[in-house]
Amino acid sequence: MIEFQEKSSVTAKESLTEDIFRITVQAPRIAKAAQPGQFVMVRIQDTLDPLLRRPFSIHKVSRDGSLALLFKVVGKGTRMLSGVNPGMNINLIGPLGKGFNLTPGSSFCMIGGGMGIAPLYFLAQQLLHSERASDSPPVLLGAQTQKELLLLTEEFTELGYPVHTATDDGTLGHHGFVTELLDEIVYRVGQVYVCGPIPMMRIVALKCQAAGVACQVSLETHMACGLGACLGCTFPAREGGYKHVCKDGPVMSAEEVVWTL
Amino acid sequence: MDPLTANESVDLQVSIGSLQLKNPVLTASGTFGYGREFDSLVTLNRLGGIIVKGISLEPRPGNPPPRIIETSCGMLNAIGLENVGVDRFIEEKLPFFQNIESPVIVNILGDSIEEYSQLAERLNTVHGVAALEVNISCPNVKKGGVAFGTVPEMAAAVTKAVRKAVTLPVIVKLSPNVTDVTVIARAVEDAGADAVSLINTLLGMAIDVRTSRPKLANVVGGLSGPAIKPVALRMVWQVAQVVSIPVIGIGGIGTTEDALEFLIAGATAVQVGTANFYQPTATEEIISGLGRYVRETGLESIRDVTNSLELD
Repeated sequence: MIEFQEKSSVTAKESLTEDIFRITVQAPRIAKAAQPGQFVMVRIQDTLDPLLRRPFSIHKVSRDGSLALLFKVVGKGTRMLSGVNPGMNINLIGPLGKGFNLTPGSSFCMIGGGMGIAPLYFLAQQLLHSERASDSPPVLLGAQTQKELLLLTEEFTELGYPVHTATDDGTLGHHGFVTELLDEIVYRVGQVYVCGPIPMMRIVALKCQAAGVACQVSLETHMACGLGACLGCTFPAREGGYKHVCKDGPVMSAEEVVWTL
Repeated sequence: MDPLTANESVDLQVSIGSLQLKNPVLTASGTFGYGREFDSLVTLNRLGGIIVKGISLEPRPGNPPPRIIETSCGMLNAIGLENVGVDRFIEEKLPFFQNIESPVIVNILGDSIEEYSQLAERLNTVHGVAALEVNISCPNVKKGGVAFGTVPEMAAAVTKAVRKAVTLPVIVKLSPNVTDVTVIARAVEDAGADAVSLINTLLGMAIDVRTSRPKLANVVGGLSGPAIKPVALRMVWQVAQVVSIPVIGIGGIGTTEDALEFLIAGATAVQVGTANFYQPTATEEIISGLGRYVRETGLESIRDVTNSLELD
């Protein structure tokens, strides 16, 4: 696998809520090589605190060589990233890891929770270009509240996907967990792609297992390098020992991992 | 002559025992995988040497997650010495280096003196290994888990066993988690080490105050990165005063200036560790920077920088 390090100029920054941002950067070599589900390691400035790069899944890729990252401010790194503006440069290494395994011809459903929605948009873009057996595969999106979902719902809809939403506070769509929307859909599809908080992915994985449906999960852990060198990003493996999220994933078959909660 | 070529023509060569390095910049064990992981981002042939992830006789699965956590200007890790074991290392990892000019130094670790010695013997006969670096920060299972590197007699015994098993240069990597690192350094020098490298990580911990739980599953872990540089530099300086074998400086090195500080303090070479994670090209930048430094200061070679600390 070939990775690139690119000094990438920020071309756009949008705020979806006061703490959810989307930035678009020019990174033509990474954008060209990227597959849905892969990620980039971002160094925002040459600071020693925060020290490490931050992993972000690739949210969108455009033909003009740009890619977008979608993130919520949760700590030092994301706070600093939320402070970048168009014209500034950030340093990216990517594309990294193993993305979604696209199975043309099978009907599918995507389910995203919170910032886990990010890689699903790139997947949705890509699946449009591949052969699609089932008409209108559903996209299920969950978040805390309406305003986190408005723009994203609109964008998935524009791609031609029927979107079903769920919010914790009931301000948009189903009042409750997005996983509850899966119950009537899971039996109609052959493949589920999921990304979100670990407890949510665990529930989706169990539902898919019960229904006998293939499920691909996109995992997230702390990472120091993203390159398979530090061995810090482990997840317990079904076969014993550990998977390394940066190299064996971030996308894996739900069957490969053990959900320790 | 382009600036890069000009730098490379400067005399940056150093010797670690019988091992000749084209420049004094090595990658620290555990931060550079088995080399291949960085192949598309770093020109591996420019490196003074590549020290690979620590190897044990048998494969080790490592610790449960979380294994790493960022701290101010540093990181804590408790990887638990995960590695593929010596057999798979030789079969699957070592062949990659056939087309790489930079010498490969294998870091070894064990639970007993016998294990170190068997491991060393196994690697001594393998083509493509330029030297061994002995990690003595591991617990000695037969002595109640006390780290080899914290007791001078045990550190010396491991060194002697490895020395006896190989003709390769032997570097002993010292733990900073001791009262007086110079005592350990002298003990391993007397036992036949060709060089010492220091420091390994400093033992630390971090707590999540929302849950009152440790942030690492292993509770404690090794602190690395720029945060430990002053401690590492002090220890390198102290050790360089008391041993006559080469000292390799490690600890928070990410820039040319960092590397120069260690050389001035008495190091013959340096290892770049945590910086490989946040800036994979740090080693190459330091090699270029050292070349510029030698040229601009009019020195004959980088060796003139070693042990050049000015004191009143």
